[in-house]
Amino acid sequence: MFKHIMMPVDLGHADKLDRAMTVAADLAKHYGADITFVGVTSNAPGSVARTPEEYREKLAKLAAAQAELNGIETKSHAVFSHDPAVDLDDKLIEARKELGADLVVMATHLPNMGDMFLPSHGGELARHSDVSVFLVRHA
Amino acid sequence: MADESTNQGIPEPEGHADIIQTDYEIGQDNIETKIGPFGLDIHNPVFAIAGLSVIAFVAYALIAPGHANGLFNGLDPSDTCEAGAFCDLGLRSYLTSTYDWFFLLAANLFVIFCLFLIVSPWGSVRLGGSEATPDYGYPGWFAMLFAAGMGIGLMFFGVLEPTYYFGTPWGDAPLGTVRPFDENGALIPGNVDEARRMALAATSYHWALHPWAIYAVVALALALFSYNKGLPLSIRSAFYPILGDRVWGWWGHIIDTLAVFATLFGLATSLGIGAQQANAGLEYVYGVPNNVTVQVILICAITAVALVSVVRGLDGGVKVLSEINMVIALLLLLFVLFAAGAVTILSEFVTGVGAYFQELIPLSNPFGREDTGYMQGWTAFYWAWWISWSPFVGMFIARVSRGRTVREFITCVLIIPSVVCIFWMAVFGGAAITDVINNPDASAVKANVIDSYSPELSLFAMLESLPLAAITSTIGIVLVIVFFVTSSDSGSLVIDTITAGGKVDAPVPQRIFWCTFEGLVAIALLIGGGLGALQAMVISTGLPFTLILLLICYAILRGLMAEKRG
Repeated sequence: MFKHIMMPVDLGHADKLDRAMTVAADLAKHYGADITFVGVTSNAPGSVARTPEEYREKLAKLAAAQAELNGIETKSHAVFSHDPAVDLDDKLIEARKELGADLVVMATHLPNMGDMFLPSHGGELARHSDVSVFLVRHA
Repeated sequence: MADESTNQGIPEPEGHADIIQTDYEIGQDNIETKIGPFGLDIHNPVFAIAGLSVIAFVAYALIAPGHANGLFNGLDPSDTCEAGAFCDLGLRSYLTSTYDWFFLLAANLFVIFCLFLIVSPWGSVRLGGSEATPDYGYPGWFAMLFAAGMGIGLMFFGVLEPTYYFGTPWGDAPLGTVRPFDENGALIPGNVDEARRMALAATSYHWALHPWAIYAVVALALALFSYNKGLPLSIRSAFYPILGDRVWGWWGHIIDTLAVFATLFGLATSLGIGAQQANAGLEYVYGVPNNVTVQVILICAITAVALVSVVRGLDGGVKVLSEINMVIALLLLLFVLFAAGAVTILSEFVTGVGAYFQELIPLSNPFGREDTGYMQGWTAFYWAWWISWSPFVGMFIARVSRGRTVREFITCVLIIPSVVCIFWMAVFGGAAITDVINNPDASAVKANVIDSYSPELSLFAMLESLPLAAITSTIGIVLVIVFFVTSSDSGSLVIDTITAGGKVDAPVPQRIFWCTFEGLVAIALLIGGGLGALQAMVISTGLPFTLILLLICYAILRGLMAEKRG
């Protein structure tokens, strides 16, 4: 059913990824799909990495660790944005098209009032993608 | 199952940038919290100290307006001060008249330093590492350079300054040049050419190499220490070669807080004063009533557009708006050029460039000058002003300049904007002076700049002397307003990044907060009084920042020495 899963990850909040990561790995095993982990960051030094090379490296490590842990094929795809706080949604939608992924799995927060003004990234992605999007709520 | 690799040490980059080894992790002092449904990620304590000190100074200006004005602007009501004493002059004029030599000397140094870097072997160092590619193409980049820190000044001073120097009856003519009018206000034809030449040279001096060198120094330092050394995009990072790991402590907090403070007050006071000027323009052109209500509406409108711009982000908002603005400004420039006579104006430009280089050394000489009215009242004032804006504009330029070599960076931030500014001044000033010479009795420019001083009307008075004044004046007002928006949005991004400890991906509600806060400060000061006093205070921060900038030059040299040359 699915061949290529895209999973957007925020390396700055890796602790909140557990549930979504499990879901993505289980689905990948079940359907025999690959996972591409996508991270969006800025070119300026940030809390996760101080250079773009370092960011790429960290994302690749995360992908490799998941491959080893679950016996699945994984890749990583780093996207650099001038203003990630605002451009994140557009960059994810673009990356989804570019990668040709047919399923998106991502962690998201519980819906709240703030979404009326600044919608959640997962919600925006679901609204603007023509593939299935699996939003995994935090426990 | 959380990934453990994110907690491991920082791996080396691919050997083409000299990352500074420090144990500091960007964001380690940040507080991540939620207010209602909105997430926050702010630096502790810079966010709080900067915000509270702004509120404290606004309260001071509102509660004790007379005292604040006396302190910063020096209006001594009791008349007990000697002329020239601190209580007579106020902080700002005291600093620009006492330390005039220091401002002039430092600004000269910044120019020489930048020119040296262009020809030095370090010119080939690439910002962002040797493999980096530019983030922005030339048109978007130039548009943002101008829109952030200078556009509004070009609108305000383009007509005013050349005309003022040409005919000033107040004795502050540059280098004591001749006046083209006699005591009865009649033209002295023999003096016209010399006065005109000097007016252009003296104006260009304030808008060309020197201000841009000031911006370039700050911008280069921030870009270098962030993109090549991996330090947070914040003013404190430029001090790493001098202070070492102490920049992450109170030294750094003070530097960053001062930068936020100067930026916020600089933007808020110029927004408030700008609203008054735009209102005066609207009254002059359309007869719109000139009162506080209209001005508050203007501030709200400017802030609202700026809010949309920051929420749409750097590429979708700030850049687009800057480009639109640049196109409108270019159209206005071309219109004035052709309407006022392209041949005359182009020869004015050639004369202007020649005069600029001829007079550059006498004008920038800090010692033994007799034209103190010009040197202290204009030059030192301008230098303090540019320098107090430099953390904001420099940081914004750094944000959009990744991927350029040092040589390319300085050429594009120093040389090209200088030429554009001289051209702008030659066109607007040239058209205005031509009008003054041709119709000395009927010229609205002469009436508003030389005969009486209404600076905010100078641009519209000049446009009146050309055809289609109704249309071009409207474009002029729109441009003034949009330039305020482009300063406000880029300023909010800068303040947000500094108060988030150098993180450029802090949650969006924070930039909304700073943008709104700036508008509120402007409104509070507009209604309660104190715009002038606090603007004088901001310009006074130019003195400590001059010292900071001198240290930054040294830090840049230290930083560049460790880089691989392209």
